Amino acid sequence: MIIDINFIGLIIASIMASAVPLILASCGELITERSGVLNLGVEGMMIIGAISGFALMTVTGSLIIAVFGAMLAGVLISTIFAFLTQTLITNHVATGLALTIFGIGISAMIGKNFVGIPGKEFPVFFEGLKDTIPLLGPILFGHSIVFYFAFALPFVTSYFLKKTKIGLIVRAVGDSPESASNQGINVKLVRYACILYGGAMSGLAGAYLSMIYTPQWIENMTGGRGWIALALVVFSTWNPIKILIGAMIFGGLTIIQFHMQAIGVRIPVQFLTALPYIVTIIVLVVISRDSRKIRLSTPSSLGKSFHKDN
Amino acid sequence: MHKFLIRSFVSSLVLLFTFTVAAVAKDVKAAFVYIGPTGDHGWTYQHDVGRKAVEAAGFKTTYVEGVPESADAERVLRQLANSGHDVIFTTSFGYMNPTNKVAKEFPNVKFEHATGYKREHPNVSTYAARFYEGRTILGTIAGTMTKSNVIGYVASFPIPEVIRGINSFTLAAQKVNPNIKTKIVWAFTWYDPGKEAEAAKALIDQGADVIAQHTDSTAIVQMAEKAGVYAFGQASDMDKFAPKAVLTSVENNWGPYYVDRVKAVANGTWSQKDTWHGIGDGMVVISDLDSQMPADLRSKVKKLQADLASGKVHSFTGPIYDQKGNLMVAEGKTADDGMLAGMMTYVKGVEGDIPK
Repeated sequence: MIIDINFIGLIIASIMASAVPLILASCGELITERSGVLNLGVEGMMIIGAISGFALMTVTGSLIIAVFGAMLAGVLISTIFAFLTQTLITNHVATGLALTIFGIGISAMIGKNFVGIPGKEFPVFFEGLKDTIPLLGPILFGHSIVFYFAFALPFVTSYFLKKTKIGLIVRAVGDSPESASNQGINVKLVRYACILYGGAMSGLAGAYLSMIYTPQWIENMTGGRGWIALALVVFSTWNPIKILIGAMIFGGLTIIQFHMQAIGVRIPVQFLTALPYIVTIIVLVVISRDSRKIRLSTPSSLGKSFHKDN
Repeated sequence: MHKFLIRSFVSSLVLLFTFTVAAVAKDVKAAFVYIGPTGDHGWTYQHDVGRKAVEAAGFKTTYVEGVPESADAERVLRQLANSGHDVIFTTSFGYMNPTNKVAKEFPNVKFEHATGYKREHPNVSTYAARFYEGRTILGTIAGTMTKSNVIGYVASFPIPEVIRGINSFTLAAQKVNPNIKTKIVWAFTWYDPGKEAEAAKALIDQGADVIAQHTDSTAIVQMAEKAGVYAFGQASDMDKFAPKAVLTSVENNWGPYYVDRVKAVANGTWSQKDTWHGIGDGMVVISDLDSQMPADLRSKVKKLQADLASGKVHSFTGPIYDQKGNLMVAEGKTADDGMLAGMMTYVKGVEGDIPK
């Protein structure tokens, strides 16, 4: 085995690439949950994004249309969820689960004609600079636009929630919809917007999988990543920076366990396979021990329906 | 408009023809039960290609996809048997007991179970393919084409089918290149493109320059293409997904068998059989050999393919030793089908342990 500094750079780069869909979907869901809405349909929205992106890319040949189309598809399917939970006041958990089942089913139906078609090459930036800096070269350069966007997103999200007025409104709606409503904030409108934003990010996460990471369509290709994204939001205690850490640990252990197998480390393979799940939870629980901070960042009205009496 | 008219005329002719043939064939109806979705572009997809061949031969077919290997399977089978199907193909190992159970209740319906070994009633046949013969060919190519002498192998689950494949592949590779090492990574999934790609990437980062796979998606050959190493297609011809990386593919070709068996039902000549077909009978097909392979390798592979088909060469010819050096197959002997069916030990030269 060759251990040199570039080899480590390569491994870190592949870990980051595998973390991208988790970061995107989690940061989207984080905004939704911060507004007090629990949307368990992430997996369903992701798979819809995956098939929409792939189908649009194949049909129109345009990557830009495909990426934005996938986000739009995520928005459309989350509109169903928003209408049901916000306008018809249905239960968040049941509706979210239904959304996932619906997404998996309808993506399979649309996808029938797209099985067995190779994807297109997605443009990457600064490919030539990869070898200019040791270690950092492969980490910083030669990635797609979605990759860079995903790694900026947690910081933007954090800034948005902490420092902007709209961020404050979102948090207010999530913590106490009644007070927010009394202040003249349209709770339903804010929640609609947050749900739709979550849908767009999940759609983008799905499109990343079907267009960039493994350019192809097969049924169920998200493989449960939506559920992991959901878990990351909770275990990070609704903190976007911790989502980034959690996604990197999860992606990292998935990849490192394959390396350990290939080197021939004599640890039961089943244990190695379970490792990413176990360690991610432990680490996030440990770094989020401060109960005061948890209370502060947990949206108090999470999953509760808001019905304005008038 | 002209074209449209011609097209509709032709398609109605085809339809008419199909109906006529179906009428001649006494309206035999065949049903297929699938473990996965037909859109997996792997195991189930290839069975469905076989089903379409039956349809093209003029028979009516139905299929049920995503049937769990549980009591659900029994329910689905009973329903299919009840609704006038004459022959039912159950295409996953786990349908073994449900198939035999329901077969007892419907003695007039024929049952065909893939990859199993139980034929408890006269109306149950079993069939499987000798994919390991294909892997002998892949091993020969891999052993010749590798420069780093490290060959990566992404495996799914530790069952005899997969172990047999790893062994057959490694034996063939060692024969042409005694210095090679086969590194195995278990993905513990049949298809999850993301995971498979990550497994392949790990093997490539560790120096493997040829990647073989026993999982179903095309993510591995795509990863190989990106990294500039060689790979082999699994279940279907994956060349178009990675034109530079894919040297050849081992295709599962169920169509001819399915057509044969449905025709036998129609003619009344169906009888119980245990089929284990390989390259010779066309159930295992080797796709076109890539022109990147040197000409002498290509002709060597062609000859090996012909010898495997005729039975002149067997994938497991002694002397074969296991990892500890114990003799598995004596010199001049070949492994019998019983040994192949239950193979759960690595041969010498494979690295690591089989996950327990």
